[in-house]
Amino acid sequence: MTAPPVVAASAAPPVDRERGRRRARRRNLGSALLFLSPWLVGFAVFTAWPLIYSVYLSLTDYDVINDPNFVGADNYVELFSDPKVALALGNTLFFTIVQVPLYVLVSLLLALLLNRAGRSAGVFRTVFFLPKMTPPVAVGILFLLLFNGQNGLFNTVLGWFGIDGPSWTTDAAWVKPGLIIMSLWTVGASVIILLAALQAVPDELYDSAKLDGAGFWRQSFSITVPMISPALFFIVVVNTIAGLQTFDEAYTAFFGAGNTTYSNDAALFYVIYLFQQAFEFLHMGYASAMAWVLFALIMVVTAIQILVSRRVVYYEGDDRT
Amino acid sequence: MSRVLPPGLPHDEELDAPRPAGAPAPHPPARADHRAPARPEARTAAAARARRRHLIRRSLIIAALSLLALVFAYPFVWLVSASFKPRGEVFDNRLIPETFTWDNYVQVWQAAPLALWLWNTLLVTVLAATTVTLSSAMVAWGFAYFRFRGRGALFGVVLATMMLPGAVTMIPTFLIWNALGFVGTLVPLWAQNIFGSAFYVFLLRQFMLGLPREFFEAARVDGASNWDLFWRIALPLSKPALAVTFVFEVQAVWTDLMRALIYLRDSADYTLPRGLKSLVDAFGFGGEWHWELIVTASVIATVPMIIVFFVAQRQIIHGISAGGVKG
Repeated sequence: MTAPPVVAASAAPPVDRERGRRRARRRNLGSALLFLSPWLVGFAVFTAWPLIYSVYLSLTDYDVINDPNFVGADNYVELFSDPKVALALGNTLFFTIVQVPLYVLVSLLLALLLNRAGRSAGVFRTVFFLPKMTPPVAVGILFLLLFNGQNGLFNTVLGWFGIDGPSWTTDAAWVKPGLIIMSLWTVGASVIILLAALQAVPDELYDSAKLDGAGFWRQSFSITVPMISPALFFIVVVNTIAGLQTFDEAYTAFFGAGNTTYSNDAALFYVIYLFQQAFEFLHMGYASAMAWVLFALIMVVTAIQILVSRRVVYYEGDDRT
Repeated sequence: MSRVLPPGLPHDEELDAPRPAGAPAPHPPARADHRAPARPEARTAAAARARRRHLIRRSLIIAALSLLALVFAYPFVWLVSASFKPRGEVFDNRLIPETFTWDNYVQVWQAAPLALWLWNTLLVTVLAATTVTLSSAMVAWGFAYFRFRGRGALFGVVLATMMLPGAVTMIPTFLIWNALGFVGTLVPLWAQNIFGSAFYVFLLRQFMLGLPREFFEAARVDGASNWDLFWRIALPLSKPALAVTFVFEVQAVWTDLMRALIYLRDSADYTLPRGLKSLVDAFGFGGEWHWELIVTASVIATVPMIIVFFVAQRQIIHGISAGGVKG
């Protein structure tokens, strides 16, 4: 520490300096707010106000044409006895609970293989990522075609192994499993996140494990997976939140104008039902209540995941393991 | 890559060049592993065995990856191939069309205003990605450069909005655009981006925090204004992060279905995902069963994204891995 320059200190009287500093800080805050202004305005108009208004709407009957009619907690009461909400919620939870572990497992497997592929990894990485660039609507269309019961590719391949594939797109029991399998096609982004995490694992850990005679699987489960557990956790959380909001692919394949052939309760996911309530039946109040229930569900699930992660996820330099 | 090999073993590049018997090991003894046997002959024999094992393992991994790559590539190749098949053959699983035809492209162009949809999508995508990149960068700079009271708390609010499911704000947002008279136009599909987006603010702020502060202090001494610091120094230096933001938003807007379903009324205003959905409704579920047209339109909607991917591949991959590790 150097002593403060005596000359400067005595040159400016303390009162003036204090005032000057305050003025500088105000100027600083002013310029900061200027730069933040787009977000501040956007937040007020498109986040804060919608949040407040959405709470209000959830307590009303509102069809856009007539003024909102206050009904208290009626929407929430109705929601919990609506069999379609229960159905949509069940579908969504089933989809998410089955899909997320499979999704993580497939991306982990691909990332582990890519990590050991040497120079050819780049080509494979590209191939695995491409489906992520396909519009979800097109993925929904592909699902209808590839999982077609009679001559779709998926059942044809199953046929080679003597398996008589089900009618994925029409049999209520197989619609969700089919959509889950199709969704595994778009694991590309997760693969890249995991691959980046894998490449950050220090080599020395593997060297010493080899000294102890650990093979590929032993190394994977004793070193690799714990070391990349923060990235795995990130993927689990993000995909769970996305899974609970599944919409595009299922809506394309099973809902919409003129769809009488496939209209199918098995693909009625929560956000699809919410969308129908809001924009097809114009039950804006009811849909708002549904949105808040979804929000609560996401919060609870994420909180549980964070609690579990405290025991499972390993952060370097942290003794908690 | 070298991680797979035990220490002291030659790398891939050296595997190709056979070493004459008795020639000195490629690594000087000083770097040799302490586990290596003392006698050189035994050492080369062990190394050769390990090398063979390594080659076998590498080949097995490449074989497994090739098989998986086939599975991942198949739907694409099939989709493109199906767009060249006549109506009756669309559903066969051939990769090379038995009868090759351009007819679907001609027909779908006549059956649907595809050129218009393509134009709408392009317009919305470019407007959305440009505005969100610029405004998010501005806000990110506000958080990265300035020190003011409440900065941490305010940034916490930005992060919190990332967790909010879209469904909660969807209906009031629709009512805003409805009150402003913009429902039925393309405006709601991009205009909100003028205010930036929490995820990109986060991404860009992380990047800008890494820029050396001395640059800005020096420019400040030379009399640069706050805006100069942002526009002439911070922005040019942030090009990689800006590219990531732009490409992410292009992908998100190009493929967005829900907003298009909510806000677009007239088929002339449709974007490609919305138009594609309308084709599924008309030619698939509508009982006409012209799946060859739907498939062809899907190809047209997907190919531009594939091109974007190949052009910006490096940015996309870097952007994703950076975001993931930090999260």
